[in-house]
Amino acid sequence: MSMTQQAGPAVDRPPASGPKDKDGRTARRPLALRLLARPEVGVFLGAVAVLVFFLIAAPTVRQGSSMATVLYQSSTIGIMALPVALLMIGGEFDLSSGVAVITSALTASMLSYQLTVNVWTGVVVALIVSLAIGAFNGWMVVRTGLPSFLVTLGTFLILQGVNLAVTKLITGNVATDDISDMDGFDQAKKIFASSFDVGGVQVKITVVWWLVFAALATWVLLRTKYGNWIFAVGGNKDSARAVGVPVNFTKITLFMLVGFGAWFIGMHNLFSFNTVQSGEGVGQELIYIAAAVIGGCLLTGGAGSAIGPVFGAFMFGMVQQGIVYANWNPDWFKAFLGVMLLGAVLINLWVQRTATRR
Amino acid sequence: MDRSSRPRSRGLAPVVAMAAAAALTLAGCSSSSGGKKAEEGAANASAGKADTPRMTVALVTHQAPGDTFWDTVRKGAEAAAAKDNVKLVYSADPNAGNQANWVQNAIDQKVDGIAVTLAKPDAMKGVIAKAQQAGIPVVGLNSGLSDWKQLGLLEFFGQDESVAGEAFGKKLNTTGAKKIVCVIQEQGNVGLTQRCDGVKKTFEGTTDILYVNGTDMPSVKSTITAKLKQDNSIDTVVTLGAPFALTATQSVGDAGSKAKVATFDLNKDLVKAVKNGTIEFAVDQQPYLQGYLAVDSLWLYENNGNYSGGGEQPVLTGPAFVDKSNVGKVAEFAAKGTR
Repeated sequence: MSMTQQAGPAVDRPPASGPKDKDGRTARRPLALRLLARPEVGVFLGAVAVLVFFLIAAPTVRQGSSMATVLYQSSTIGIMALPVALLMIGGEFDLSSGVAVITSALTASMLSYQLTVNVWTGVVVALIVSLAIGAFNGWMVVRTGLPSFLVTLGTFLILQGVNLAVTKLITGNVATDDISDMDGFDQAKKIFASSFDVGGVQVKITVVWWLVFAALATWVLLRTKYGNWIFAVGGNKDSARAVGVPVNFTKITLFMLVGFGAWFIGMHNLFSFNTVQSGEGVGQELIYIAAAVIGGCLLTGGAGSAIGPVFGAFMFGMVQQGIVYANWNPDWFKAFLGVMLLGAVLINLWVQRTATRR
Repeated sequence: MDRSSRPRSRGLAPVVAMAAAAALTLAGCSSSSGGKKAEEGAANASAGKADTPRMTVALVTHQAPGDTFWDTVRKGAEAAAAKDNVKLVYSADPNAGNQANWVQNAIDQKVDGIAVTLAKPDAMKGVIAKAQQAGIPVVGLNSGLSDWKQLGLLEFFGQDESVAGEAFGKKLNTTGAKKIVCVIQEQGNVGLTQRCDGVKKTFEGTTDILYVNGTDMPSVKSTITAKLKQDNSIDTVVTLGAPFALTATQSVGDAGSKAKVATFDLNKDLVKAVKNGTIEFAVDQQPYLQGYLAVDSLWLYENNGNYSGGGEQPVLTGPAFVDKSNVGKVAEFAAKGTR
């Protein structure tokens, strides 16, 4: 919302010459059209379209509790999609984000269990490990100048192997041991994986965190110096450096933010399922990236928002659950998912094109 | 020497101090319940070792990385290898082409025996023929019950997925279930599909199929929740893997449903759940036994020319049901990760 306000002031300047205005090029376009031209508004309408579609097609979706399930699914994608989107605006990719979630959960779980310590110790160490992985990715990217696609493909494979091998080495199994009876578990579960009652509907706490993080990310992106740096390094790295933006710092911290997101979702996984399977998480990175791209972040960097990926993740969660609520033939599940997403993205594109046409 | 060592030790001091502080913090936060301390004390079964000449056996499976089931198969194989003085070479890839390459790799290594899973028999045909030409005995395990004989394998250890499914369906009939949902965690997997089809065949009520994304637990949880909400007449959730069963019990709670959960395959957390009644029953195909017998049979063939099943019939390792009546016995083995 605040982004549209920013666009406003430019038009307030006094008209320099009357006749020029009449050719329409500098005329102020209607507010509605300017709104629609924003990528996050397009994806918002796409998400609404999907929601309305399933409200009609699947009666169960109309229940409050079903919406809570959809929002839960969306939030576990959305929390990761936020830092992934910021990173993408900053011009980089992170393919290791999916398995990094599992790395974090495994770290916390195994450390707590093997040393028989309060689970909070594991949680804190996992945060350090996750941030370190992010910092490593960022450092490698800025140091070598290699595309982040390659660097994080490397970390993706490394973490996949490490997750499995270390788990097997330490626990003797490929899944971690149940930590639900250990000290601090209930407390951590309250923060990462509890649910609360809203008018008789159980809402998962991740939904709240998701919205809080989204608000925070929007604020950072639009109202802080750091936010400007993100746009600058993603738009043109060299110009950004020339005007004094700390490019390396910005990129490394962006990767670390992804690490933070991975830690958060990792803790959610751990405290809601008590154990972690070491082979999970593969393929999730593409879903996070997809949610960010659907949300209007450019694959090339320099443009996007934090609010767009929120709707992008919602669209993903809605379609995934909606197909089940609508009770369509499950053999077609993946195909439906693809068609619905493509359709939603096309609506998004069409809205933007129509709105920007003169 | 003096010069160089002194500044180094000075630099090291804060590090040591920090490590010590960290160790103290860790000690201070020790958990009073659960954890490794609670687990310790479970001793492993130890057996003697054969004095036959050392031989090498390759076990090649279609395991996806990090699957608890295959880990148990491997443990069985390792136990047999240790006992029979066998060097075990384990390799796996869910992609059939890559799995075939692993078999070729074993042939190149001139191993003395190959145990292989036949998830996609046609893809394995070529390399198995090569192994046989090279004079290496090949046995099958787990998947490929309908193809092992045709491919000329010596023997086969596994469970007929359809038979297991049918037995599962019959068991469900006795629990009074009317409408079930069969949750498949990997779309297009032949074995998993056969299980659900088998259940459907003998189960007298209605069976729905639900596909979930097995690599993302939160998504599995919410998808099952969605299904239970969409159709509140569902009274039993059938899952095809132990971790998914445990997640399904959470979905049941979230959906406010009264559905029961029953599953294929076991792990130690699942055994606990059967014990405290959150999961009705599990059908076990005894993966440990499959791995163990496959390796042991190659040793027997090498040293005494025996074959199990007489080369005619497969050796079935399942379905063995685990429910409240017999879970106590299984639990102690499951805790070690061998059942």
